[in-house]
Amino acid sequence: MLTLRTFGQFITDTLGIMTKGSRLYYAWIGFLLLLIGMGAIAYVGQLNHGLLVTNMRDQVSWGFYIGNFTFLVGVAAAAIMLVIPAYIYDWEPIKEITILGEMLAISALVMCLGFVMVDIGRPDRFWHIMPLVGRLNWPQSMLAWDVIVLNLYLLLNWFVVTYLLFCAYTERHYVKKLVLPLVLLSIPMAVSIHTVTAYLYNGLAARPFWNSAILAPRFLASAFCSGPAILLILLQVLRKTTKLSIKDEAIFKIAELMAYTMGFNLFLTAAEAFKELYSGTEHMVYFQYLLFGLKGHNTLVPYAWASIIFGFVAFILFLVPRTRTNWVTLNIGCVLIYASVYIEKGMGLIIPGLTPDALGEIFVYTPSFTEITVAAGIFAIGFLVFTLMLKAAVPMMLGEFTLSKGRKAASEPEAGPIKA
Amino acid sequence: MTDRKPTCSPEGCDSRSGSGGNRREFLGTAVAAVAMALTGCGKLSKEEFLQHNFQELSKDEVRSVIARLEKEYKAKYGKDVKVATTPPLPGVIFGYALDLSRCIGCRRCVHACVKENNQSRDPEVQWIRVLELDKEEGVNLQHAEQYYNPEEVPREGHFYMPVQCQQCKKPPCVKVCPVGATWREKDGITVVDYNWCIGCRYCMAACPYGARHFNWGEPHLTADEVNPDTHYFGNRPRPKGVVEKCTFCIQRTRKGLYPACVEICPTGSRKFGNLLDKTSEIRYILENKRVFKLKEELNTQPNFFYFYGV
Repeated sequence: MLTLRTFGQFITDTLGIMTKGSRLYYAWIGFLLLLIGMGAIAYVGQLNHGLLVTNMRDQVSWGFYIGNFTFLVGVAAAAIMLVIPAYIYDWEPIKEITILGEMLAISALVMCLGFVMVDIGRPDRFWHIMPLVGRLNWPQSMLAWDVIVLNLYLLLNWFVVTYLLFCAYTERHYVKKLVLPLVLLSIPMAVSIHTVTAYLYNGLAARPFWNSAILAPRFLASAFCSGPAILLILLQVLRKTTKLSIKDEAIFKIAELMAYTMGFNLFLTAAEAFKELYSGTEHMVYFQYLLFGLKGHNTLVPYAWASIIFGFVAFILFLVPRTRTNWVTLNIGCVLIYASVYIEKGMGLIIPGLTPDALGEIFVYTPSFTEITVAAGIFAIGFLVFTLMLKAAVPMMLGEFTLSKGRKAASEPEAGPIKA
Repeated sequence: MTDRKPTCSPEGCDSRSGSGGNRREFLGTAVAAVAMALTGCGKLSKEEFLQHNFQELSKDEVRSVIARLEKEYKAKYGKDVKVATTPPLPGVIFGYALDLSRCIGCRRCVHACVKENNQSRDPEVQWIRVLELDKEEGVNLQHAEQYYNPEEVPREGHFYMPVQCQQCKKPPCVKVCPVGATWREKDGITVVDYNWCIGCRYCMAACPYGARHFNWGEPHLTADEVNPDTHYFGNRPRPKGVVEKCTFCIQRTRKGLYPACVEICPTGSRKFGNLLDKTSEIRYILENKRVFKLKEELNTQPNFFYFYGV
């Protein structure tokens, strides 16, 4: 009973911290709310007119929404990149970062679910996909699997984060017997969400571009680059704006791990490209469309090459110890990796999968204004969720804001705007 | 494809709220209201919102669903639209064969199909796509042209290949649907429950034949254009945001009629029949002609065959 009351207090206090902040904090929140509002207006338009207001059509039936979804599943999965060394090797410097990784995963998952929701034609029938209430075609449909693992992963991360913060708030040490198995469970879960998402595409024999055995490994490799890239920048911002101490050592270690996964990712991409282009079967057309253009249509070509070049440059920057430990080159590397993977696992994955279409037609797709506005709104929701969580979590992690110290700390300005 | 604003008036709202007021009913109404807000259009009734997958409905529920649909169509089009639920005929598996040596690419089948099956006219949804192929290249889809528009067909050096749902024995679209809104019936026809489909379009990504089509906007069909003789799984008017496909004219073939495309074809290229009937024309073709299946290597095992009759 007492715990329940304390938990109630915890919730109220958390909400209290979230609503109080510096002017910069309010400006940032206001900016996000503005984007969310614009996205909402665009989405209402889409609901009224149907998905006709997107540029998707029968030929290219998935586009920008599903591309962002796929990329963000990778970001969510990347949390384990930090959990593995922290808990398995008991490597202290990363440990406090883990909770940030988990919060990033939660925000990414919120965005993932948002992108799926705006993509479906009948959001009023969302309950059809809910287990027990609806009729989930499990285990046949990979989308049914995805719904299950994404929600479980969201629940798991949400629970671990809440529990750890609650412990910090009540100034008790967390029960290791409870946390460790859950954290260990989150490792295979993270691998599974991205594997299942890869299988979603992978299992379609109709789309040779996706129907490749190394798609899931490629998904994982690229996720372990892009997720930490966001975190590395974030950690530096947090170090500057809060009292959270994150050691250089931790950042450089993550950067080093990223160099390996980036190298592996490039290798897998090269292996795929070689197989398709050298053997030159009829399946080559999709890679051609992506890399060189087909029959005069080359919308994707500059993006595809930018992705490859960015990825390669970032790989070199992270591989060489001197550039890895230099803040300027490190941050350039992070931005390049982010851009590279965003292209590769977003539009660079979805569009050539569907172009040319099943009957050989080339339908050139670029997202419509509605699609971009709605997507910006969903990203803003993700950033808002992350900012609010961070706002409450940082003082709790620092022990500044606890049950006994109460609301004193809340009045002090905390984390400012976070850009990732 | 023009973007015509769908009619969406507040008068269209179904405001039957549970005045009897048990809690479940209230909850249903409340959830339906939220869903109405979600669809941005107040045309969703509570009954429609709460309707379950067709395969799970009792006979009584089916009757009330059909009554509701017929009432809705009457209100919308001002004429009686009959929605049948005719089950598969026993001992029948439908098969289709298309004679590539006869087809001249006139697209009469395309338009007869649209007319018969109540597809949206604007934007026009077509379940049959006719490909113009080079004789030199053979069946190579990367050389296919769907938008051919010469003065006269057939064009020199070309042949024509209409593609529609191949009614696969192992349909990838059915496998991937996350909510079981599409399935293969006993007579071999893959159907869609338009009232259960969530519009995720996974089936469209999975279909190797481009046979599945989505209602990107509100389907536009005038009262004059409506074919009132419909089937629940077939040509009844569809809502916005769901997937549809060729059903071998389920509303006709389950009554022993030919599909509209077979009937209209001026060259007799289209053959249709019962694969289980040894004396049928379709069996004769399969046993005596040079037959192939489109994308056979994918092992979808179509019951739609292409052949060279002459």
